[in-house]
Amino acid sequence: MKKVVVVGNGMVGYKFLEKLRAKAGADQIELIVYGEEPLHAYDRVHLSEYFASQKAEDLEMAPRSWYDENQVTLKTSQLITEIDRSARTVKTHNGDVESYDYLIMATGSSAMVPPINGVDKKGVFVYRTIEDLEQIIEYAKTVKRGAVLGGGLLGLEAAKALMDLNLDAQVIEFAPRLMPRQLDQRGSDMLKSKIESLGIEVLLGKNTQKINGNGKLTGLDFADGSSLETEMLVISCGIVSRSELAGPAKLETGKRGGFKVNDQMQTNDPYIYAIGEAASYNDMIYGLVAPGYDMADVVVDQLIGSGERSFTGADMSTKLKLIGTDVGSFGDALGETEGCIPIVFEDKHAGIYKRVNLSPDKKSLLGGILVGDATQYSMLLQTVQNGLALPKSPEDLILGARGGEGDSGDAILALPDSAQICSCENVTKADIVGAIKEQGCEDVPAIKACTKAGTGCGACTPMVADLFASTMKSMGQTVRKVICSHFDYTRQELFDLIKVKEVKSYDELLDTYGTGDGCEICKPAVASLLASAWNDLILKQDTIQDTNDRFLANIQKGGSYSVVPRVPGGEITPDKLIALGEVAKKFDLYTKITGGQRIDLFGAKINDLPKIWRDLIDAGFESGHAYGKALRTVKSCVGSTWCRYGLHDSVSFAIEIENRYKGLRSPHKLKGAVSGCRRECAEAQGKDFGLIATEIGYNLYVCGNGGVNPQHALLLAGDIDEKTAIKYLDRFLMFYIKTAEPLNRTSVWLNKLEGGIDYLIDVVVNDSLGIGEELEKDMQALIAAYHCEWKEAINDEKMAAKFKHFANNDEHDPAQQFVPMREMKKPADWD
Amino acid sequence: MSTEMTSISSYRTVKPEEVTTWQHVADAEVFPTNGGLNIMHNGLQIAVFNFSKRGEWYATQNLCPHKKQMILSRGMIGSDGDEPKVACPFHKKTFSLKDGKNLNGDECDIATYPVKVEEGKVYIGFDS
Repeated sequence: MKKVVVVGNGMVGYKFLEKLRAKAGADQIELIVYGEEPLHAYDRVHLSEYFASQKAEDLEMAPRSWYDENQVTLKTSQLITEIDRSARTVKTHNGDVESYDYLIMATGSSAMVPPINGVDKKGVFVYRTIEDLEQIIEYAKTVKRGAVLGGGLLGLEAAKALMDLNLDAQVIEFAPRLMPRQLDQRGSDMLKSKIESLGIEVLLGKNTQKINGNGKLTGLDFADGSSLETEMLVISCGIVSRSELAGPAKLETGKRGGFKVNDQMQTNDPYIYAIGEAASYNDMIYGLVAPGYDMADVVVDQLIGSGERSFTGADMSTKLKLIGTDVGSFGDALGETEGCIPIVFEDKHAGIYKRVNLSPDKKSLLGGILVGDATQYSMLLQTVQNGLALPKSPEDLILGARGGEGDSGDAILALPDSAQICSCENVTKADIVGAIKEQGCEDVPAIKACTKAGTGCGACTPMVADLFASTMKSMGQTVRKVICSHFDYTRQELFDLIKVKEVKSYDELLDTYGTGDGCEICKPAVASLLASAWNDLILKQDTIQDTNDRFLANIQKGGSYSVVPRVPGGEITPDKLIALGEVAKKFDLYTKITGGQRIDLFGAKINDLPKIWRDLIDAGFESGHAYGKALRTVKSCVGSTWCRYGLHDSVSFAIEIENRYKGLRSPHKLKGAVSGCRRECAEAQGKDFGLIATEIGYNLYVCGNGGVNPQHALLLAGDIDEKTAIKYLDRFLMFYIKTAEPLNRTSVWLNKLEGGIDYLIDVVVNDSLGIGEELEKDMQALIAAYHCEWKEAINDEKMAAKFKHFANNDEHDPAQQFVPMREMKKPADWD
Repeated sequence: MSTEMTSISSYRTVKPEEVTTWQHVADAEVFPTNGGLNIMHNGLQIAVFNFSKRGEWYATQNLCPHKKQMILSRGMIGSDGDEPKVACPFHKKTFSLKDGKNLNGDECDIATYPVKVEEGKVYIGFDS
């Protein structure tokens, strides 16, 4: 067995682990990884998103548990300080020694800090790690003005971050233009005017000579004699490879630093490889993830594959959104090829600049620049990489076909199968089309999950979506998500029809707007819509309900049912507890406390259900709707009434909310929680909606859940009072009910919602659609129509009569069997 | 409990021409519209469906062939193209109400029985 030690747990280092483990299990290769940072690998490309969420886990490449699950030994906060090539060992900063058969240097880079006088002053930061960001966020609270040194990709991201921290932000660039490696002067001018319109000052051609200040900085002096007042400075002038271990270990380095590697990413020691920004290939350092991932592939192939793969350099094309402006730069962007012919389009009013560089014979595309509108980026990049034929009028490339037929819509289908769509994960067009046609992926998220396309930098997602739509169209399918073959409508369209045409029954809807006889998909979906629209008693249409709703209980193995009475907020009196115990004893039920702070009674025979509920209702209980796609529970911690930490009375508020929304039917089940302080004992951030008490009110979180794909809830509004919280909840829940697809939890719905949480905040808090009042009114109508379904069922003789196993006798199902377990019972196992 | 009841082999499709006994099981009004109810006859549990949307009646074994659960009568009915079908509440496997064929391409089919309704009474056809 080989032992592979990876030094560095950044994006490329992690990708190497993932790719290697996909090919070789722990029985073939032992894997140990050292990371200098306390955090395991996270997505540095999207570092600036940390300013918005401030949650490191949003950025992680994989949860920490991934390493255990894949038998990778992860050692964080451990810096490797020495390589002993003859003994084949490495040593950590605290003296531990680790042996290796192969060593992978994935140490990445650090921020380049130019030797400017005063660079050590307080208030000067670099922009590289989450720890850097935390320090920047902390310091920014104390100042009003902040500058960024460096007008490249990362520098502009940093400037946006400072702006988001409410600082007056400036960008200082040494070159006469922004992003000098990617943009020409006119592209830079366009980007500059866009950035300036947002209030960020841009200073170009400035050679910073001195950082002023007594202890902490107060401003900068430039070589041209001018100066700038600022209170903090973020340096983003490029990167330096972390190859400091090379010298002492006698490993060769490149001209600009970095471990010098050959086509196989091997250093001059055949047992030591270097990948990512730590590697110097032909004296080039590749500061993008896609080439780093390619390098990881090459090394994996060396260790476990044929050894035939090689690295031959990489394309530095890039597309990103900078401070709200799309920027793309691909191939020979600056037109450095001799004799090349540029075609330029500029619209200063709309803030769009486009340039394509044609080969001297005008037969092929060499590269180009897009500022302000980069929608054609993927297609143009494909044209360069695959040498696709150019249109008769090459200016159509950036202007689009005007007036003619054959719009670019299906141009994507003309790409060769081998065209690389996702460069981060090396996914080809054929892979994606195959996922749609052969593996039955029915939407873009499914394609992403299946092929991993778009899971890296995400830039190719629009192209994946286009490819999906075109492929579906070529298969004669539209992408609209209709409910099933009986209704050519989406759930949202059906909801609108039901409301506008006042449709009250499934049969009426099927007769008027559907075809055929319905099925097990559209019946419960429409039942849910009717309930969400009118909150009428569902038993009036019992045969369109799922069996749980049809019998107002949860079916379990063996065909018996479980019964869950509502216990709002999880608060229950001793008398009610005794009543539950007595009912359970009387009907021989298995009892268990649920995760939602109530008590589940299992093993009820269908004929007994009305009798059980008669007793429960007499004891003051109501239906808990555990059987429905409906509000389940609002969990609470004990709150300020008893808890010495509690800030507000979370139990009372949870009870109020649970009683407000009880009986509310929705596209999927709904769970809520209220925590009395930020210790979060009610786990509100794992619920569809959750409230956490703050000093002055509540923070309202939405769209979290546990289950198959746990997802943390996101902040919808902070420090709001109870009345406002309820107003936002009314709007949020009603908006979800109206617009979600069937059986989509709030988290899934949000993930699909164009614009995500920002859009949701806009709709709910800022009322950007002007529907706030309407949503509140609709909710009020549903609340007013609430009834306990069980009370109505047992008080209606005809309905109560439906709870039986046989039409021709009153017996229990003789096939139903139970076996004893720990003084109670359980159903006999099924096959 | 009768083991016969939960044994798949106890349920065999009866074709209309094989019927020797028409067993009256219940009044038609007992059965919900576009839904099913279960009946007991000679130790067998039979699901009877009132497909009122089509003006048709069907009967099948109540036993789901997948997990041997007495459940099919509580399933939702509907159509797949023109084929009338029932979906098992447990795992949503669907079966033709006409011939009992499993419509998900799995192997297990269900037995079906002829039904007739005369003067508001429902009869199931058996061959013994």
